[in-house]
Amino acid sequence: MCLGIPMKIVEMDGQEAVAIAGGIRKRIRLDLLDGVQMGDFVLIHTGYAIEKLDAEEARETLELIKQVYRAGMTGETEETTS
Amino acid sequence: MTDSFLEEFKDPKLAKRLAESISAITLDRPVTVMHVCGTHEHAIGRAGIRAVLPKGLRLVAGPGCPVCVCPARDIDLAVAAARIDDVTVTTFGDMFRVPSTTSSLEEEKASGGDVRVVYSPLDAVEFARKHPERRVIFIAVGFETTAAPIAASLLAGPPENFFILPSLRIIPPALTFLLEGGAGPVEGFILPGHVSTVIGVDGYRFLDEIFHVPGVIAGFEPVDVLRAVRELLAQIGGEKKSSVVNLYRRVVNEEGNRKAQDAIAKVFRVDDVEWRGIGTIPNSGLVLRSEFERIDAVKHLGLTVDTEPVDIRPGCLCHKVILGESEPEECKLFGEACTPRRPHGPCMVSSEGTCRARYQYRPVNQKPRE
Ligand code: SF4
Repeated sequence: MCLGIPMKIVEMDGQEAVAIAGGIRKRIRLDLLDGVQMGDFVLIHTGYAIEKLDAEEARETLELIKQVYRAGMTGETEETTS
Repeated sequence: MTDSFLEEFKDPKLAKRLAESISAITLDRPVTVMHVCGTHEHAIGRAGIRAVLPKGLRLVAGPGCPVCVCPARDIDLAVAAARIDDVTVTTFGDMFRVPSTTSSLEEEKASGGDVRVVYSPLDAVEFARKHPERRVIFIAVGFETTAAPIAASLLAGPPENFFILPSLRIIPPALTFLLEGGAGPVEGFILPGHVSTVIGVDGYRFLDEIFHVPGVIAGFEPVDVLRAVRELLAQIGGEKKSSVVNLYRRVVNEEGNRKAQDAIAKVFRVDDVEWRGIGTIPNSGLVLRSEFERIDAVKHLGLTVDTEPVDIRPGCLCHKVILGESEPEECKLFGEACTPRRPHGPCMVSSEGTCRARYQYRPVNQKPRE
């Protein structure tokens, strides 16, 4: 129900936009999000973009996960901030 | 920028290593943690995460399925609406087959009612615009994630023949309810990633400040859930101070989506509402503000129910499943008299329902009974 699909913005016209993911094109609305730009990845829920995806944060998270991967079975927990 | 950074989260090698590091943890006592999101239940079922948890750790599903906690009365009202000649009822697909007290929207459609499944409230508004001769009702069911788009579609000024049947609920009061007595031994929560896009980390501060219970906001890939489990165990075991932690930073930020919060606050106010099988939870529902009352289908059409609503049919344990007190497999009807094709209770209908997810991902040696 709260399913959010990450899609890329490829067309914009005011509060309306077209987003794509995996070969699917969808008309979506931007009423709930400020500052969206062409090429941004956004999370789509019931036809509305509800949040932007932050590529920088995504990379940092992946890096943290990979550190654990490299650390092997030590069971070390990664650093997290709240 | 390509979307490869999203694909990387799906890398099974990373998940496997994380799973190994979690399996290796030993607990000196039994621990129960809860997630409150149907999409998490699917991620957990699909990836077989329960099989890799340390011995003694229970990961239960809480009230994370909006359709499952929508009271029978609301579906009864939608059924009553579908029986009115000039009314079209529009609904998310998940609601279509949920048994009400005496019927379901699916049955109403079969007997001639105009019931249509929509993907978005926008589709319902669009239909109303194209059919001014019909009164179009949209069943507004969902949590914060869904409340925001619904609020936005109402703020955009729908046509006069558009109404909603409000049945929206919010998550934090449900967590409070669980912690004040309903949740048994739950020692930590995996928090729903997409509700969190709206309410942010700030929406859960009370967990730590009032209850000193850890909460971890998590995404929906196996690595996300595994990291959340590990973080919870570190906090519960005392290696880390208990706090609300955001492990879904690629999407969720501290204060949430202010614009979405504002849209919700403009259209709705909180009120005490009923959760199917659980009872009334204070301040846990969103009802229309007086400026928007004319959009309320129940008031506009004077909808009533003639039979006392039945939330939980005999034999169904949904009310306990929703609170994490029973596992679906403990229900005698699970997979026998209750299957996705012939659901007996709401938890088997919605794709988000715990019984439904558990049935879908049941171990292969548990023979299909359908
Ligand atoms: S298996 Fe069906 S009858 Fe049993 S608790 Fe789940 S929904 Fe209810």
